[in-house]
Amino acid sequence: MVFKRPDGRAYDEIRPIKAEVGVVGRADGSAMFQIGKTVAYAAVYGPRSLYPKFLQNPKKGLLRCYYTMLPFSSKGERVKPGPSRRSAEIGLVTEKALTPAIDLTRYPNAVIDVFIELPQTDAGTRCAGITAAAMALADAGIVMYDLVSSVAVGYVNGNLIADLIYDEEAYPGEVADIPTAYMPRYDRFSLLQMDGRISSDQLKKALELAKKVCLKIYDVQKKALKRKYQKYKLMEHMEG
Amino acid sequence: MNKMNNLESETKKHVIDLLGKGMRLDGRKPLEYRKPLKVSYGVSVNAEGSARVQIGETVVFAGVKLAIEQPYPDTPDEGLLMVGAELLPLANPKFEMGPPSIEAIELARVVDRGIRESGFIDMKKLCIEPGEKAWSVMIDICPINDAGNLFDASALAAFAALKNAVFPAVVDGKIDYGTKTNKKLPLTDANPVSVTVFKIGDYFIVDPTTEEEELYDARLTVASMGDGRLCALQKGGDVALSADEISRMVNIGIQYGKELRKLVVK
Repeated sequence: MVFKRPDGRAYDEIRPIKAEVGVVGRADGSAMFQIGKTVAYAAVYGPRSLYPKFLQNPKKGLLRCYYTMLPFSSKGERVKPGPSRRSAEIGLVTEKALTPAIDLTRYPNAVIDVFIELPQTDAGTRCAGITAAAMALADAGIVMYDLVSSVAVGYVNGNLIADLIYDEEAYPGEVADIPTAYMPRYDRFSLLQMDGRISSDQLKKALELAKKVCLKIYDVQKKALKRKYQKYKLMEHMEG
Repeated sequence: MNKMNNLESETKKHVIDLLGKGMRLDGRKPLEYRKPLKVSYGVSVNAEGSARVQIGETVVFAGVKLAIEQPYPDTPDEGLLMVGAELLPLANPKFEMGPPSIEAIELARVVDRGIRESGFIDMKKLCIEPGEKAWSVMIDICPINDAGNLFDASALAAFAALKNAVFPAVVDGKIDYGTKTNKKLPLTDANPVSVTVFKIGDYFIVDPTTEEEELYDARLTVASMGDGRLCALQKGGDVALSADEISRMVNIGIQYGKELRKLVVK
């Protein structure tokens, strides 16, 4: 059955994206990433001392990620502030999605805290959060192997689509949602979740599409970082 | 006294010396807000109203969500108002995850009183069916970058978000959040804003930086209305104030409140 996307996009087309680095002045690194109506802010504090002390590891640092939707961010009712099982799990998978990209051995006994906040959402929030957080970590000068670019792909009535919106996730039919995060330089996935019913062959095709669209996000992430640091380079050049 | 305290008191002495010459660490005059000082809207299209306030490097988001609830038994013909504040750890390295801190609670309650007591929201017009159904207005304040003066920025953001809010459509008694009407909230012309006046030594300042917030003696948050009357006060800090000092601080609060109000009501 032919499926027409509610916002008229092509199946492999992601929503308009925007990235900005250095949006939270107090933080050691920060970034904003917007994809369609979903907006994520990420701030990095650290590396800083880790307490309680028994958590310290002399061999490597710890990455901690926290994910929160602001109370007025959601399409429906107000989101109650405070921890939930959902936000705790997303914090966990975000940590796992970013950890492979960071050289934590550089930060013995320390912690790097990443705070992700979403003021406005329309699905794809964990992916937007991870994409913003990767830029924020780079902005904080954390030693990284690669950026992490993240997007959800999925199937609606058997049609493979990129970057699902809420109305597609909630489509009355057979829906599979597959959030992924990808490290382009290493050709590795660091986030993979799925809910829905698909074949292993469909998964293979979905991952191919994820790679393709993550490269577009990767490009925008790199450009946003360069925009911030280009001006320092220019200043150096003028002074030097 | 340990070394740290000595260092702090040296900084404070320096700040007071400067104030004696009419100057501050960042080059401002004592009664001067940082720039940019601006209000913008549309932080969340999913909120019924939202606003972003920037004062210098401080950035605060506020959003309004509406719901239909049962009125409180003691005010069966009125709507409901709730103000919450989350001191997000994203905004300041000293903020921590967890239940709202006492600072967050005080911030939310002071903003709440400024709005509630001014009568800015016509609570009776929020009633749908006495004793059964009324609109509940929920304002949430979220600092994105705390570089000082969250009190004034938060009150202004809450005020602006209310001005910006519209009712969602209601179908068969249920809210259809996806469909917005063009009907604004029932607001009066009270237009409450807050100015917090800080006392350091014998001097008064407005709009402190984080550094100044760490060494003040007393503060007074002055919430005032468009007609120049007061609608809420909150004194903080460890030093007591004389009636004369209070009166001078209140006047500063009312005067600068007029400037802040103009950012929302042209």
